[in-house]
Amino acid sequence: MLRIENLSVSYGSREILHEISLSVQSGEMLALIGPNGAGKSTLIRAASGVIPFSGQVRTNGDTFHALTPMQRAKYIAVVPQAILLPPAFTVWETVLMGRTPHLGFLGQTSRADEELARRALERVHADSLAERRVGELSGGESQRVLLARALCQSTPILLLDEPTAHLDLQYQVSLLELVRKLVREDNLAVLVALHDLNLAARYADRVALMVAGRITALGAPRDVLTPELISHAYCLPVDVVEHPLSGGPLVLAK
Amino acid sequence: MSRPLLLSLSVLATTLILSLAIGSVFIPPAELWNIVRGVGESTFTFIVWQIRLPRTILIALAGAALGGSGAAYQGIFRNPLADPFLIGVASGAGLGAVIAMSIQWPYSFWGLMAIPLASFLAALLTVAIVYNLARVGRTVPTTNLILAGVAFSSFATSLTSFLMIRSTSEVRRALGWLLGGISLTGWDSVLSLLPYLAFGLGGLLLSGHALNLLQFGDDQAQQLGLNVTRARAFVLAAASLTTAAAVAFAGIIGFIGLVVPHIVRMWFGADYRRVIPLSILGGASALLVSDVIARVVLAPQELPVGIVTAMVGAPFFLWVLRRAKNQGYW
Repeated sequence: MLRIENLSVSYGSREILHEISLSVQSGEMLALIGPNGAGKSTLIRAASGVIPFSGQVRTNGDTFHALTPMQRAKYIAVVPQAILLPPAFTVWETVLMGRTPHLGFLGQTSRADEELARRALERVHADSLAERRVGELSGGESQRVLLARALCQSTPILLLDEPTAHLDLQYQVSLLELVRKLVREDNLAVLVALHDLNLAARYADRVALMVAGRITALGAPRDVLTPELISHAYCLPVDVVEHPLSGGPLVLAK
Repeated sequence: MSRPLLLSLSVLATTLILSLAIGSVFIPPAELWNIVRGVGESTFTFIVWQIRLPRTILIALAGAALGGSGAAYQGIFRNPLADPFLIGVASGAGLGAVIAMSIQWPYSFWGLMAIPLASFLAALLTVAIVYNLARVGRTVPTTNLILAGVAFSSFATSLTSFLMIRSTSEVRRALGWLLGGISLTGWDSVLSLLPYLAFGLGGLLLSGHALNLLQFGDDQAQQLGLNVTRARAFVLAAASLTTAAAVAFAGIIGFIGLVVPHIVRMWFGADYRRVIPLSILGGASALLVSDVIARVVLAPQELPVGIVTAMVGAPFFLWVLRRAKNQGYW
């Protein structure tokens, strides 16, 4: 599980995140929603340890503050936005880099590491892409490769930063289907920043609504995706109706 | 042994033989073999052992240093244009060497050893200055880096010129050296260069995996488990040591560090665990060929090798740049 306690982040004198507290259980998918600039990506970056913060990030008993990047990378894997990839590596090379926290400084991989990378590619249905260069992939393919790299890292916690941004609808759905399946199968604790409220409603077990660096609501999708909370957060009047198939909430701009 | 490695080694062997054979007198490869066995003609034996072999090894080592450090700088700064010269490290190292030379003229072995040390300290200082000038928060935008590098480079070059003009007795030698003419040849130079290169190139050879991770940006590299700050410092130190050693003995030679890693990446892929060793071998071969050309093109006069690398390298680089723009090798 992942536990974030009183996490605050400041750039200079400006506080970006204020006393964020939340926890994600193993086998649970928690979606971070909120308007642009609310601090979703900042929270993901802080939780993964790449920007300084005050407060605590811990799993079970261990606090991540005291860990080296390598030790931390054995607990937390991050799926970044796919626009940030160097194009010249092959998919295979990229996925194998997920083994880094389990390797030495030289990055020498063993047969077992390669087997894990092969399985990770299979699980995201990208095994046929192995020899391709990352620069030749579509957005959906790159995102699956990044997910495979994170799986290859073999961590109990997975953070995803807007994994569906820039993807076509069918890729958004299949990616989140995949993530939810992995959550159940591997008992992962997953924290995912999503800008699409209806995807969050459909796939997340719980939803955290962030506005201006604070969590203003946290709970089951139908408790957070209410007309009052969403209208207020996005400064836009919205209707929430019942999804005709799933019965979950469906947010519509008025 | 992998195919690319085998290819690079055979190219290197060929260029080594060419470099020993070609010069003011041509020594046929068969005669070279006789000399190795100790039954060669005595003049040829003297020329090979005392002149051509040390020079050839020095050129090969300098080329290896330039190829390897070029690849490392490009990896660290994630920029295909990053090069020891563009970011000011070479000029800084040159200034360090000239300062050391004007303090004590390096006739002794220890005098020779001090020059690369001064170069190295100046190169590290340059990296620190340029990096901090270019830094915005925790990131180093490429444009800032190149601008700071070029500005610092001009500053270091002007100081170097000032020192050279001020001390007339050293002018001729230092001028030839700066143009990339290998003036300090002989076994002493080779021996004093070796320890620096052993550490520098050894460090670079260990850096492949870290450089691979850094290509994904600092955030992803750290999320994958790399101690980014420490890894970057390690690679920068190794690359600067390597550059400094090359500059101290071979002067400022451009384009090897830029072109060779490009070709390696184009042919053999982006994995820095391959790019670094192949750029080291390729850099040695490329500088050897350039040096042979420099010796024969205006024979009996000799061109500074830096002129040859620039004449061949600059147009080639422009061509690579055009191709890279379209096909995204980076």
